[in-house]
Amino acid sequence: MTFFSHLRKAAIATAFVLGATAVHAEEQYFPLQSYRVGPYAAGGTGFFGGFIDYLNLINIRDGGVNGVKLAWSEGETQYEVEKGVEVYERLKSNPGIAAWNPLSVGIAYAMIDRITDDKVPLITINHGRTDTTDGRVFPYVFPLLLNPYSETSGIVNYIASKEGGLDKLKGKNIVVLYHGSPYGKETIPIYELLSQKYGFELSQIEVPHPGNEQQAQWLTIRREHPDYVVLRGWGVMNPVALKTAQKTGFPADHIIGNVWSNSEEDVIPAGDAAKGYTAITTQASGERYPVVQEIVKTVYGDGKGNLEDKSRIGSVYHNLGIVNGILNVEAVRIAQAKFGNRTLTGDEVRWGFEHLKLNPARVEALGAKDLFHSINVSWDNHEGDGYVTFQQWDGKKWNVVSDWIAPDWKLLRPIIEKSSEAYAKEKGIKIRTAEDADAVVSN
Amino acid sequence: MAVQALDAARLPVDWAKLVQKLALATALFVVAYGVVPAYASGYLVEAILLPFLALSLAAVGLNLLTGYCGQLSLGSSAFMAVGAFGAYNFNLRVEGLPLAVTMILAGISAAGFGVVFGLPSLRLRGFYLAVSTLAAQFFVQWALTKFGWFSNDNPSGVISAPHLAVAGLSLDSATGRYLLSVTTVMVLTALVWRLVNSATGRNFIAVRDNETAARVIGVPVLRTKLLAFAISSFIIGIAGVLWAFTYLRTVEPAGFNLDRSFQILFIIIIGGLASIRGAFLGAAFIVVLPLFLSRLGAFLFGGLFDSGVLDMSQRIVLGALIIIFLIAEPSGLSALFDRLKRRIGSRSS
Repeated sequence: MTFFSHLRKAAIATAFVLGATAVHAEEQYFPLQSYRVGPYAAGGTGFFGGFIDYLNLINIRDGGVNGVKLAWSEGETQYEVEKGVEVYERLKSNPGIAAWNPLSVGIAYAMIDRITDDKVPLITINHGRTDTTDGRVFPYVFPLLLNPYSETSGIVNYIASKEGGLDKLKGKNIVVLYHGSPYGKETIPIYELLSQKYGFELSQIEVPHPGNEQQAQWLTIRREHPDYVVLRGWGVMNPVALKTAQKTGFPADHIIGNVWSNSEEDVIPAGDAAKGYTAITTQASGERYPVVQEIVKTVYGDGKGNLEDKSRIGSVYHNLGIVNGILNVEAVRIAQAKFGNRTLTGDEVRWGFEHLKLNPARVEALGAKDLFHSINVSWDNHEGDGYVTFQQWDGKKWNVVSDWIAPDWKLLRPIIEKSSEAYAKEKGIKIRTAEDADAVVSN
Repeated sequence: MAVQALDAARLPVDWAKLVQKLALATALFVVAYGVVPAYASGYLVEAILLPFLALSLAAVGLNLLTGYCGQLSLGSSAFMAVGAFGAYNFNLRVEGLPLAVTMILAGISAAGFGVVFGLPSLRLRGFYLAVSTLAAQFFVQWALTKFGWFSNDNPSGVISAPHLAVAGLSLDSATGRYLLSVTTVMVLTALVWRLVNSATGRNFIAVRDNETAARVIGVPVLRTKLLAFAISSFIIGIAGVLWAFTYLRTVEPAGFNLDRSFQILFIIIIGGLASIRGAFLGAAFIVVLPLFLSRLGAFLFGGLFDSGVLDMSQRIVLGALIIIFLIAEPSGLSALFDRLKRRIGSRSS
């Protein structure tokens, strides 16, 4: 009896609750589909922490971008596609949306049709669907800095530079240990292509998800006796790979990690076994860069820092979030130069991203010299020719051990175009021209 | 014979009840096809109604198998995956196939799978059967990841929904997808309702309540079990199509994991076993309540804690609510609903 009366009371009380976000004049809004709980929380808290820290820095230090304040709110996705879609639908009614940054391949895929209808950019920095690089077919999707194919090419070029040139790759033996998921399998054809082109022997070995048992795979590797092992892992698979490698006697300094096997969270649990392990990255880690220093001073000094654990400032994911913040804010700034210093529409910000050209001098002016190299996005190249570098784990921190390396974009472009054109045909999408890209919706 | 006797013993028609039911059905139609398309916001349709409808249909399908026929299954999301990837491939590879035919073919593929993975039910019961249906779960996910053909050799194995059109009319808008979804759910639910009130439905219940007794009175137990697996998987397969085509518009094999199977099982347990209404109530509970709690939490404490802490506390609240509900009414929300109705009825008279 009382149960129902409680129920009724609760229903009445909660009927009042339907939150709406307050509207301010001249604000550019970033909806954040973050994940702070669940299996990938380490990546989520670092990345979104860094992103928010940079937006805060711009607001506190500069009063926004040319007087336009930056605003954001978060919705928790736990890295799940359904939750990501729900948060998208919840936050998309907010005014002045600049861009979406879900940091999840699954959520990004589910958003492609939706953001294309809404004409708002979708940023998938360092990940995402490779063929969205082709801006002719995907006008609103930007896999900034590094798509999976470029990552593959960058890793092979790095191995070549260690061996003394691409011609020295001939006859070398490389094993790719990949996560048994769509993400892990995405680069299989590219490794095969590069192996044929440069004449190295290749075997690709799958580790079933989640990858907490790899004895069999590493015994196979020991039999193969490869020169290098590329670790294309995710989550718990990475420390387990490093530990098992140590057990089977494979040297860690001949294991090269990909861009989702390159964080502190991947190596610290492996302890000693990770010493000497090298991994690719688009953004160096550490606190020494001026922009990171300013975030420490201005944002954390003001008590507005987003990371709870201050020792994670300057970690791989935190710095990736900061670089992501720089790219988003600069796209807004570039679009403002054309359309005026006001709240921009999503399509105007899209134009900004398509003209996002930051050369090394501009990167230095932003306080990010050596943090990342440069970016050069155009209407048909949505990746923007990002450079990669390699870091080695010394047991305590990552140290940069290479120059900035360029992936072989010319080789990859035709493969990307073939895939995107097939997608355009399947979906009946008209291939965009440069004129189409300059037609901007401004209301 | 037993079935005929039951038919002959039907009670005289209760006209007042019939009128009441007719009015309820009319109201449902007006809301589903009039009020919702005209007034519902994009958020309500995209984030609440579409997943609610797809999961309700899956729960109706599973309830047929588990609730009515007594066969415990943990393979629901595998059958959804077969439906979704089946529809994608039929649509891709057969030019000009009407949407309805695509969906039915996808349902039939899922039904075929259901029968194959239902075969162990001839020898196994209860938890042992549940464990054997796990095989479907792992096999389907493995096959879809392993063979690129299923996802048209997309490098990341993710499929995206095609354009939806019925008789040349585009259904790509949120309202269009909603109408497709709600129509499919209504038609299939009506068919299931007919089925459970037919001789076959009574056979299902007979098998559930006492297999030996059912065999003794002449119910073909083996055929009945496989039929239950087939029809249930057919419906769950079409729910998978709705999930992929109308709700998410994209699907990766990992999206149909064991968690989803558990979710559907929990829906029918919370909603009420062997009750069609229970499937809908359970789905509403599982889909809407977490969203409601998350918005309530963000509204009340949004500034104080980060979204991670809020999400954790919502899980605790949700878990506690499930326990409270099931203590209040172990037979599920459907029975709770009946009690509520009786109380209101007794008060007004």
